Amino acid sequence: MKLLNNLPKLRLPSAFSSITIKEERATSHKAFQAIVRKEFTDYMTSWRIIILLIIIMLTCFGSLYTALTTINDAMDASDDAKEIAKESFLFLKLFTVSDGTMPSFIRFVTFLGPLLGIALGFDAINSERNKGTLSRLMAQPIPRDYVLNAKFTAALLINIVLFFSLGLLVTALGILIIGIPPSFEEFARIGCFLVLCIFYIAFWLNLGILFSVQFRQAATSALSGIAIWIFFSIFYSMIIEMISKTVLNPETITSEAQAIDKQGFILNLMRLSPNYLFSESTTTLLSPTVRSLGPLSQEQTIGAVAGPLPLDQSLLLIWPQLTGLIAATMICFAISYLLFMRQEIRSN
Amino acid sequence: MATSIIELKEITKQYDDQLAVDHLSLSIKKGEIFGLLGPNGAGKSTTILMMLGLSEPTSGTVHVCGLNPTRHPLGVKQKVGYLPDDVGFYQHMTGLENLMYTAALNGMSREAAYKRAMHVLDQVGLVDAATKKNGKYSRGMRQRLGLADVLMKKPDVIILDEPTLGIDPEGIRELLQLIRHLNEQDGITVLLSSHQLHQVQQICDRVGIFVKGKLLAEGNIESLAKQLFFEDTFVVNVFADPIDDSLIQSIHDIHGVNRVEMNHSTMDVYCQEDVTPDIARTIIQHDRALYHINKKNYGLDEIYHRYFEGRELNEATK
Repeated sequence: MKLLNNLPKLRLPSAFSSITIKEERATSHKAFQAIVRKEFTDYMTSWRIIILLIIIMLTCFGSLYTALTTINDAMDASDDAKEIAKESFLFLKLFTVSDGTMPSFIRFVTFLGPLLGIALGFDAINSERNKGTLSRLMAQPIPRDYVLNAKFTAALLINIVLFFSLGLLVTALGILIIGIPPSFEEFARIGCFLVLCIFYIAFWLNLGILFSVQFRQAATSALSGIAIWIFFSIFYSMIIEMISKTVLNPETITSEAQAIDKQGFILNLMRLSPNYLFSESTTTLLSPTVRSLGPLSQEQTIGAVAGPLPLDQSLLLIWPQLTGLIAATMICFAISYLLFMRQEIRSN
Repeated sequence: MATSIIELKEITKQYDDQLAVDHLSLSIKKGEIFGLLGPNGAGKSTTILMMLGLSEPTSGTVHVCGLNPTRHPLGVKQKVGYLPDDVGFYQHMTGLENLMYTAALNGMSREAAYKRAMHVLDQVGLVDAATKKNGKYSRGMRQRLGLADVLMKKPDVIILDEPTLGIDPEGIRELLQLIRHLNEQDGITVLLSSHQLHQVQQICDRVGIFVKGKLLAEGNIESLAKQLFFEDTFVVNVFADPIDDSLIQSIHDIHGVNRVEMNHSTMDVYCQEDVTPDIARTIIQHDRALYHINKKNYGLDEIYHRYFEGRELNEATK
């Protein structure tokens, strides 16, 4: 209720007021752009982000190198390999295979992406508060939510620019080195994959922003973000494994249906983790041979034509994962929005 | 008759378990400098936030420049400049860039913003430091930049929350002069809050004393003294030798004297009207040596201090 009262109540029906409102909107639109521009510049010039970008670049090229050597070795083995390669979406393998010395591109993104998201978001609001710039900002004629929205937009822009340039660079290098151009479908799949990466990082970014609204100290919010990141990337799968050991104990399973049920239960537990959702979706997108994300019975696979899925079917398969990821992002953003709108703007 | 530019009617702000502002009514006229005085935690900042629409009054109405800040916060913020108590700037940007950013938030074009920024920097005397990174500014410079920042949008009213906090005496003097100048030159209405009374005294046309969410008294310095101390309006400080009971008794008998307080070798005589000559005459008649007699002028410090002394006594007797 309190929130509703905070909203400006524009109920003057005269022509004069509608003109001023229009003008007000135009000025505040300019102000929004100004904040986005400033935040974007800040990110581009801050050491924290530069270092992270360099790390991500280096690891990506490292994984690209190992993928390339693996693929080249395989292709040199026989003359037929090139023909087979075209059929089997070889180009997408650039992102998924490795020779074992270094993780693949998607594993790197799964691991480092959250760190980037948190680094972009964790001090969005509390640093302004601690520096005393928030109250100054709030005294300007801009709606309060502009600050939050603009910061989110700027960070998202950084993400989009980074991932599209990285993805396209890898593609370009791939074409140069392997010598096989990607088919349209492969290219579309890479595009979808990059969009997915952006959604995934947007989730962590919003989590970071949420902590930055909630915690007054930047260190607290950074550490909480990193704790959640580590929990989901390392400990969560361990915990699920422990649970699955007891749940999937062969001595307690009596029927086939029960086995499938229990398997499904464990899988759903895994899917509570955004990391798992992301890796499930990326695997599906980049390996078209993946036909299902749950357990398949012998009966279901009988009669299925062996071969890759078309892109729209792959997208259909990951649709729930994608919606889940977007929902998690929206929830984080909504909570931080609510908290921020209700917060007192004072620094002490 | 000047019209009032800030009008508070019976506003109350209730935090969870605490009443921060308690039925405050206040009106500030166009073109005056009003000082809001009160100890820390009196609710000064809360009141200011309510004037800007950054906080919503639990009850009562606020009107600033004819607008209700809760309903039209943007309209109010276009006309009102606010300098928060611990103003901060982006450290990695220069003073000029910081001002340009504020201008952009106010929808000014780049050229207009640059002109305006150089003008206000000149007003606050920071032109030389315009291209210096803000991280290298001293506290006093930052405060002046804060004032420049507030002036960027050509405000009708400026609200300064503790503007003199943490600056050296010379810096305070300059800042206050600058505020006075802005008020006289550009006709800007100034509302400033402070707990440092003698500084406020130097420049304010009117003062309101604000304690525990209530406005105790308002007016200029003389009328404040009258409002707060109905009886003991004057205090005369006397240093005579020797002071004994008979002398004190005779002084006490002078018409208009309420009480006499001993203070080491001096005494303070509290009286309703100015009886300094009578006191001097009495001392001479008693054949005592009179070293020093001085009628104390009420500074705000005094008013303030005496108010609190009075309150403690009242509370103790309750």
